[in-house]
Amino acid sequence: MTDRRSLDIPILRLGDVLVTGLINELDDKTATAFAEELTERIAAERARGVLIDVSRLEIIDSFVARALTELSTMARLLGARVIVAGMRPPVAITLVELGLQLRGVETALNAEQGMAALGWHHTSQPPERGARRETLG
Amino acid sequence: MGGRETAPATYPVRTDEDLITVRHAVRAATVEVGFGLVDQTRVVTAASELARNAYIHGGGGTVTIEFPRSAGRRGIRLTVRDEGPGIPDLEAALADGFTTGAGLGHGLGGARRLMHDFEVHTEAGKGTTISVTRWTTQ
Repeated sequence: MTDRRSLDIPILRLGDVLVTGLINELDDKTATAFAEELTERIAAERARGVLIDVSRLEIIDSFVARALTELSTMARLLGARVIVAGMRPPVAITLVELGLQLRGVETALNAEQGMAALGWHHTSQPPERGARRETLG
Repeated sequence: MGGRETAPATYPVRTDEDLITVRHAVRAATVEVGFGLVDQTRVVTAASELARNAYIHGGGGTVTIEFPRSAGRRGIRLTVRDEGPGIPDLEAALADGFTTGAGLGHGLGGARRLMHDFEVHTEAGKGTTISVTRWTTQ
């Protein structure tokens, strides 16, 4: 029954970057299955970067911290860069007190900055500029 | 806060899903006690570490949530029991950096740092009981 849960975490592809996010209801089996699936997707999609949004995680315990650390290492071995983005401040405080540093894991303040670090740049120009909508009338 | 007393509640830790149920129950309890977000996160994280220890190393167990009061402070006490093999070397299990070793995270030393009071009773072949408390600061 729980095996099917691994499909509950979407992994999106944006160019050569995979984008995914961890959810609060993550159980240990799902976390392990997710790490395997993401690693396979990196190879299959020839991803150069992976953004993992953790802004919905209310806690990161040693199990999840280890999963993130191992995932980053596995991705690096496959030539992809992982950025963990959006950690909540109380989670960061608690991780430090727990004695976990996510050593070797790249982080970003939020998903937007993480994507920028992976080579994505958002444009502040409105899309309709230069689109000449007025000529329709 | 009045005289409202919340009864202790005990939750089983026998499956992966139980760990999530415990986290929810502990989170709700910390909110009830009036902890801020950082304290809530500390207590739920400690609960997660201890419950997983009981699940993985102790072959399953229970988590009891209580609401002690002392000197005008309110608190939350988590008692995690298992009937597993016991912790052979408690000092090593509590040592800093132990979680970076092989195997799944023990997190025992970490859980101790996240809580104010920390007590362990462990006996070879009989099991382990860990009781941790965090108090409101007022």
